[in-house]
Amino acid sequence: MLDTQKPPRKKWWTPPFDPRFPNQNQTRNCYQNFLDYQRCVKTMSRRGKNSEPCEYYFRVYTSLCPTSWVQHWNEQIKDGTFAGKI
Amino acid sequence: MAAPAQLGLQNAASPIMEELIAFHDHALMIIFLISSLVLYIISLMLTTKLTHTSTMNAQEIEMIWTILPAMILIMIALPSLRILYMTDEFNKPYLTLKAIGHQWYWSYEYSDYEDLAFDSYIMPTYFLEPGEFRLLEVDNRTTLPMEADIRVLISSQDVLHSWAVPSLGVKTDAIPGRLNQAMVASMRPGLYYGQCSEICGSNHSFMPIVLEFIYFQDFEVWASYLYI
Repeated sequence: MLDTQKPPRKKWWTPPFDPRFPNQNQTRNCYQNFLDYQRCVKTMSRRGKNSEPCEYYFRVYTSLCPTSWVQHWNEQIKDGTFAGKI
Repeated sequence: MAAPAQLGLQNAASPIMEELIAFHDHALMIIFLISSLVLYIISLMLTTKLTHTSTMNAQEIEMIWTILPAMILIMIALPSLRILYMTDEFNKPYLTLKAIGHQWYWSYEYSDYEDLAFDSYIMPTYFLEPGEFRLLEVDNRTTLPMEADIRVLISSQDVLHSWAVPSLGVKTDAIPGRLNQAMVASMRPGLYYGQCSEICGSNHSFMPIVLEFIYFQDFEVWASYLYI
């Protein structure tokens, strides 16, 4: 009983409104954040820096993109057949 | 959900749906008024012994039956546009839910923290408990907090489907390769039912949607187990 009265440990976070994608079609929102994460990680690791700032893009695309899409894209990246520019 | 033989809209569970019901009543009243006026005039025309064979022009009445319909149309358009823009208002979602259509079930993903994903199949009729609704119940309901703006991203894994929940005023197409956003908010706890609204094959009528809105505190307790 006491446990349910405790406040949650962190505040729930979900991707905020992105003014670049104000309309109903959020496909590009998901894809753009996925690309941004991949590019961020690639650039940070090339410069030998910590990729912690890239976590924002990771959280946004995980929240927005269907997991099947993400798995499909990750497989394509592994196979070298991903069509986006990373 | 709809009562047996229900003709009208379901009770609203969200503010947008309340506005839509009010607009529907407004537009329907205008339709009733115009229809009854026309029917009355037809009955007058058919039951008169008077004739008039020499009409040359009718400037006054032409003016009236042009201006008056224009004003009526404006009276319909203004509330309609108001609600249209209201549905597009800037929103700060509390939670993101993904609803993905398949043949013939919905799958839901809550990915803000840990990946929670489950499928929601129709409950077959022979498994229903007494009091449950035929062709509307599902095995796993979608639990959501009430009084919170929820962003629902709708897509499909195969063919076109449509995610609809009438009490919340939501109907959004599920298109493969596209992510459609809808905002959902319920003012009270409860179960809200919907059905797939785009023909998608043999079991199109058998892939319902059930949203279970619970108190915010209960949802936060449930959710806290997700982001420990």
